[in-house]
Amino acid sequence: MNKSYLVTRLVTFVIILWLASSVIFILPHLAPGRNPVRERIVQQASLGSGRVEGIEKMVAAFERDYGLDKPVWKQYFTYMGKLVRLDLGLSLALYPAKVIDLIMQALPWTIGLLGISTLLAFGFGSLAGALLAWPKSPGFIQWLFPPLMVMSAIPYFLLGIFLMTVFAFMLKWFPIGGGSSLTSVPDWSFTYIKQILHHAVLPGLAVVLSGIGFWALSMRGMMITVTGEDYVNFAEMRGLGSRRIFFQYAMRNAILPQVTALALALGFVVSGLVLVEWVFRYPGIGSLLFKAIAAFDYFLIYGVVFVLILGIALTTLFLDLIYPLLDPRIKYERE
Amino acid sequence: MKENPILFIGLLMSIALLATWLTGMIISDREMAEPISGPPYAPPSSEYLLGTDAQGRQMLPLMVWGVPLTLRMGLIAGSLGLLIGTILGFTAGFFGGIIDTIIRSLSDIVLTIPALAVLVVVASTISADGLSVESMAFIIAALAWMWPTRTIRSQVLSMRERDYIDVARLSGLNNFEIIVKELMPNLLPYLASSFVGAVAAAILAAIGLEALGLGPQHQPTLGMTIFWANYFGAVMSGWWWWYAPPIVLLIWLFVTLYAIAAGLDQWANPRLKKVTQ
Repeated sequence: MNKSYLVTRLVTFVIILWLASSVIFILPHLAPGRNPVRERIVQQASLGSGRVEGIEKMVAAFERDYGLDKPVWKQYFTYMGKLVRLDLGLSLALYPAKVIDLIMQALPWTIGLLGISTLLAFGFGSLAGALLAWPKSPGFIQWLFPPLMVMSAIPYFLLGIFLMTVFAFMLKWFPIGGGSSLTSVPDWSFTYIKQILHHAVLPGLAVVLSGIGFWALSMRGMMITVTGEDYVNFAEMRGLGSRRIFFQYAMRNAILPQVTALALALGFVVSGLVLVEWVFRYPGIGSLLFKAIAAFDYFLIYGVVFVLILGIALTTLFLDLIYPLLDPRIKYERE
Repeated sequence: MKENPILFIGLLMSIALLATWLTGMIISDREMAEPISGPPYAPPSSEYLLGTDAQGRQMLPLMVWGVPLTLRMGLIAGSLGLLIGTILGFTAGFFGGIIDTIIRSLSDIVLTIPALAVLVVVASTISADGLSVESMAFIIAALAWMWPTRTIRSQVLSMRERDYIDVARLSGLNNFEIIVKELMPNLLPYLASSFVGAVAAAILAAIGLEALGLGPQHQPTLGMTIFWANYFGAVMSGWWWWYAPPIVLLIWLFVTLYAIAAGLDQWANPRLKKVTQ
């Protein structure tokens, strides 16, 4: 792959991040008169006896802490500088916890759940979709088509609520939420890991079931196009085995646009996952975001959103860079 | 009907939905969907057909009056998104060159951003009171134009080289006329499918926002119902009549929209029909 493409891609990556973070920065300043710190302190004061002296001094002190007392353009540069070092500020609701610490606690849960369920859905879905389109596959495969279609239409979190009701509440096969049992202590013991897996089944299933339908259908579409191509006919005429043609000739080529679709659908998948985590109170980034929204913890919200965008941009960059490895025809020279 | 079973099923389902909704409209009126219109926590009975929620809203009228709100927002956001997407897609596909590159890069960049994340940021910032249906629609539309742009662009690219376009050019039609009179009619089924898809996506985004609590607080939308159900712990307390109706309704709605979109897509692209025939 040549250098100019690599450079362009990296520049695009940086631009995306810069754009997203600037928008996140500007938005609150567009809503005039909102001072989150003051709002917070007044809220706390009203929860107490209602008579608090020196509120203004407290507000001023916190503003210095959060850097809100400087002019806007200076705040912008400080903000950008901090972002590059991944210093996302302090949380409002869980003060004085640092946003980045909260996020780092929640991130492994999300990455585990998201990564595994997306890979499973993508893998099985593509395989199912390819089989659906292949004329020589066993007949019963066609029966999968309607349920897959229906499931792909249902949003992840609605499916999640349904699964939770049936399998956790009614049948009591799986726990109703959380990442691990309430009474356990996190360590690397086998029981704890078993608990993690046990708790992850339902949320993972919600993502996988709905995702499989989507990937299966799009893979089927690709496969139909591919199996009509000349090189597949040629391979058949040469007498190559059915299985070999299926995997190495058809699927290999159909999977390429699928991978592109994966990169593009990531934003959607992450959004869906956030809601699933919220439904199951799974301690990942989604639940963190929800708690931040509920507590009006603006800095936490912005921090989580930024990390989400960063994650997706990184994954997209990664997929874009390995794409030429999958498809040697692509040279990425000037179009 | 045999040719396009998916579309037929989709239309059947929407008729069923419409019939249920009309029946609901006849049996109930708007006040019954407001809080304290009935005793709270009441399970389904002959008087309150689907029970009431923790704040005394009756569930059945709530469903009936929530559906048009959700649909309206989906329609506004979907149409806006499709309109922007169509304009950008046609421009990019037809004119090509640098315009194409700019539009394509822009849409790819915006696609990377998870829509829900931005929506959450905007919604939580703009109003503590929850957004109105219209504001939500606008924000969602701003993030919904990318898919239509991409797909329309690729369709236009492939149609650009066809003969009838050359004929049109030779007969003296200018670019704009070619787009409107020649390309668009041929893309109509495809546009229709994209529209339904965009509406479904918009409703999904709206439900997501509302379920998190960022929707219009004083209006009986379906997403807010789910939010309140979760807020009061309905699943664990066993008040199934509170969260089951909106979920069933929403699933029905999504599958219907999906079936219609898939059916229209099949009509536009007959190659996608069943392979083993």
